[in-house]
Amino acid sequence: MTPAHPAAAPGPGAAPAAGRTAPGPGGTSPETPGPETASPQAPGSATANGTPAAPRAAGRPRGPRAARPWLGALPLLVFTGLCFGLPAGALLYGAVTRTDPVAGTTEFTGEHLSRSLQGPYLTSLTGSVQLSALTAALATVLGVLIAQAVVTSRRGALRGAVLTASGVLANFGGIPLAFAFVATLGISGVVTEIGHLDALGWNLYSFTGLTVIYLYFLVPLMVLVVVPALDGLRPQWREAALNTGATAWQFWRYVGLPVLAPSLLGGFVLLFGSAFAAHATAAALVGGSVPLVTLKIADALSGNVLVGQENVALALSLDMIVIAGLVMAVYLPLQRRSSRWLR
Amino acid sequence: MAALTPLSTPPASPDAVPAPAGAARRRPRYWRGAVLTVAGLYFLTPLVSSFVFTVHVPGQGLTFAAYSGILSAEGFTESLFLSLSLAAATIALALLLVVPALIAVRLGPPRLRAVVEIVCMLPLVVPPIALVTGIATVLRWGPDHFSRTPLYQTFLAVQNESFPVVLVLAYTVLALPFVHRSLDAGLRAVDVPTLVEAARNCGAGRLYVILRVILPNLRSSLAGASFLTLALVLGEYTVASLLGFRPFAVWIVSVSGAEARMSVAVSLLSLLITWALLLVLSRAGTGPSTAVPGAGPSAAGPTGSAASLGSAGSAGSAGSAGSAVSPSAPDPAAAPIPVPGKE
Repeated sequence: MTPAHPAAAPGPGAAPAAGRTAPGPGGTSPETPGPETASPQAPGSATANGTPAAPRAAGRPRGPRAARPWLGALPLLVFTGLCFGLPAGALLYGAVTRTDPVAGTTEFTGEHLSRSLQGPYLTSLTGSVQLSALTAALATVLGVLIAQAVVTSRRGALRGAVLTASGVLANFGGIPLAFAFVATLGISGVVTEIGHLDALGWNLYSFTGLTVIYLYFLVPLMVLVVVPALDGLRPQWREAALNTGATAWQFWRYVGLPVLAPSLLGGFVLLFGSAFAAHATAAALVGGSVPLVTLKIADALSGNVLVGQENVALALSLDMIVIAGLVMAVYLPLQRRSSRWLR
Repeated sequence: MAALTPLSTPPASPDAVPAPAGAARRRPRYWRGAVLTVAGLYFLTPLVSSFVFTVHVPGQGLTFAAYSGILSAEGFTESLFLSLSLAAATIALALLLVVPALIAVRLGPPRLRAVVEIVCMLPLVVPPIALVTGIATVLRWGPDHFSRTPLYQTFLAVQNESFPVVLVLAYTVLALPFVHRSLDAGLRAVDVPTLVEAARNCGAGRLYVILRVILPNLRSSLAGASFLTLALVLGEYTVASLLGFRPFAVWIVSVSGAEARMSVAVSLLSLLITWALLLVLSRAGTGPSTAVPGAGPSAAGPTGSAASLGSAGSAGSAGSAGSAVSPSAPDPAAAPIPVPGKE
């Protein structure tokens, strides 16, 4: 409320001032327009400044207006505080405390967190990180190839079709994707039977199988992320490089990749985050045969843990949030930096 | 230049010019075609072979039993109805929370804008599975700590099997980033303070301004946010399955054991429906031809209706209403000055 008044006062105050100076030099006829431009502005500035000329009109809305915006945002803030803050707080609290079932006392402990970084839990964390890093790297390379093929194409229809398809496919994931791949590359899948892939040792329910599936929604996501960046790579730069005698390799090495690097890294980080958080696809597909942290958390939540280790799920979730938070902390500055090159 | 060289090459072919141009053109065409073909194969194969898998039964030949049996399958209608009603409730809640907050942001201090943006983006850092862990912990407090208090009834009501409110709350949290992004992009094209002040000066009430002035301008981004939320809720598996509810995605997994073909058929159908929705959305969102007429009448509509409202309310003050517009014109012109400064 108090900052709104000083903030609002210079605004209208500056506007008539600017308005008055502008006609002054601009007006060619010397005296007669001068008073004329000044007189219509007098009531305007009077209402804006809230002088006694119109105190009711200007004064009434301004007072509530300073408070009302917070009122409009209040439901959202209360909702997130309740439905997001409360679970997050409970998660954090449960991850670092232990309740004695007999005595009913609660004490702080690092036991859950340290257990979540040991043994099978550590394996699942590293498994998730490996899978996410591998799929994100592959999807980055493939997505850039497809995006470059689209960007350099002269057919606008192709570009529109690929971008629309990417937008649709990037939103695809979870259960339907898992079952589509089961029907395709599963044990009795169509492609498996046609190509006799099982004789070659193919197994969809494995690390490799998950990689193939994850690429299905990660590659389109990368295409969406990187097409604007590739558009920002102007043809003039390439022409300039070629005209000064650079080879195509030198152009990419010294011009293209450095300009694209923030977008590529940002895209990689984004893909890593979404692969890392994916649960439904893996749950419908591999059950427990591939160690992934999301599967371990789901397992622990369903009660499949030793007595006294119930809070390990909370600690694992906290580990995930830390990693996802790091991902976002890397992504946001990169995105800001890469947007500098975009038109 | 590039368009001219191929035309000039057939009649007169100087050695230096056409060779690099032809080479530069031919090489990209091959790799581009190869990349797009491989990508097309990878993205189409699962869809085609899913369809083949559902209609071709080894030993029986072609049959559409997997599709015709869906409607009569046990639990299908209940789970689909549950998912659709959850989606409707989630869309309503998310829009009710985000729209007022974003309008408030445009009218309020810049600090509020940052707060709302951070609050809406926070769920991106917390993967769905971590959110469920937190929610499950909070829900366990019910029987543990509140079983003697009236609050316990709330815990039970929120987890009602026939309509689990807790899922609506969780889905709204998950949808916040998408809804915020979509509506924020839509509002960026609308000069909210000017519209609000203009409509208010014409005598429109606050609710009227939001419903008839702001919202019509946001039609396409409201539709976008709703479709994205619908797709999210229909495909959501993690939260629902871990909290023990049985909406659509959970039902698909539960029938996959006994009816593999039908689960693939349902997956394929739900995919195609979701894609059709998203395609409609991307057409509606990107087409400038739809956006301009949409903005045109809606921008003209409120002024016309507000004027008619003013004249209907006080027939005698029609002249004063007309004169009230012109002196107050500097006021809305001065008010939005801080807003461009913010952006």
